Amino acid sequence: MVSRLLVRGMLVGVVAGLLCFVFLKTFGEPQVDRAIAFETQLDEAKAAAHKAMGMDMSKEEQPELVSREMQAGLGLFTGVLVYSTAFGGLFALAFAFAYGRAPEAATPRALSALLAVIGFVAIYLIPNLKYPANPPSVGEPDTIGIRTALYLTMIAVSIAGMIASVSLKRFVSGSWGAWNGTLAAVGTYLVLMVLAGLLLPSINEVPDQFPAVVLWNFRLASVGAQLIMWAALGVLFGALTQRASARGALVG
Amino acid sequence: MTHAALERVAAPTAIPLKDLVPWAIFGGLLMLLAIYFVGAEQGATSIFSGMYVHEFVHDGRHLLGFPCH
Repeated sequence: MVSRLLVRGMLVGVVAGLLCFVFLKTFGEPQVDRAIAFETQLDEAKAAAHKAMGMDMSKEEQPELVSREMQAGLGLFTGVLVYSTAFGGLFALAFAFAYGRAPEAATPRALSALLAVIGFVAIYLIPNLKYPANPPSVGEPDTIGIRTALYLTMIAVSIAGMIASVSLKRFVSGSWGAWNGTLAAVGTYLVLMVLAGLLLPSINEVPDQFPAVVLWNFRLASVGAQLIMWAALGVLFGALTQRASARGALVG
Repeated sequence: MTHAALERVAAPTAIPLKDLVPWAIFGGLLMLLAIYFVGAEQGATSIFSGMYVHEFVHDGRHLLGFPCH
């Protein structure tokens, strides 16, 4: 039963990944290219300045391990598909747990939509308000370890905060009604996330001259892709499971 | 939708935890491993040496929001 939900989630994830890929290819890649052009410009300016000072900085041109075409094509496709399929699987597992345990969303369709909203907010949106997506040339190679650790910490804190808030909702709803329970949960989650945002260190490694519009559009493309992925997961998984449940079996 | 179907939808039965846990562990680990390879391998930490995985999924890693070099 769980295995079939898992497979359904992963298949829905593949579809969500395809949509995501088309979106990112169209709106994300142009920004990546502009960011790389900026980086190249910066490197050339640096090299020229060094040359003018009489220093020979002509380092050996590093051979490209993977071509730009490959990165922007098959590489992007593979990355997005694997990511989305995996999230589809995790989504299905979360659904398998929450189904029948969440009184606020009794139908598969409603539960699926609710979980997608929660997942988008807790796993992507809130962590990325603190540590937003960055295009190439933003970010020091030396700090990759700490940046990754902080980003994952923020995601973990956000998920834990969301679980705590949802549990609190149960508790408050019992005596104060579902509306107040929801308000309490949303309020608690927001307070926890503001605290986490204040306590965790900030990172700003955007180079001085980096074009603001490119940064904005890059981050917008990143948000858009996640919105598409979570929306597709929520709607498609919900529709398929609803249909199966109408036939009499959750997994049909 | 038949009346029976409506009733079933209105009162869903939860999947017992003992059925769920093995799949959650197996599937969960597999999914997280896949996300790790897209998001962090040969960046913050490396299972395989070299930079091929990093460079291959480079654009996706940036656009999906992971820190990258």
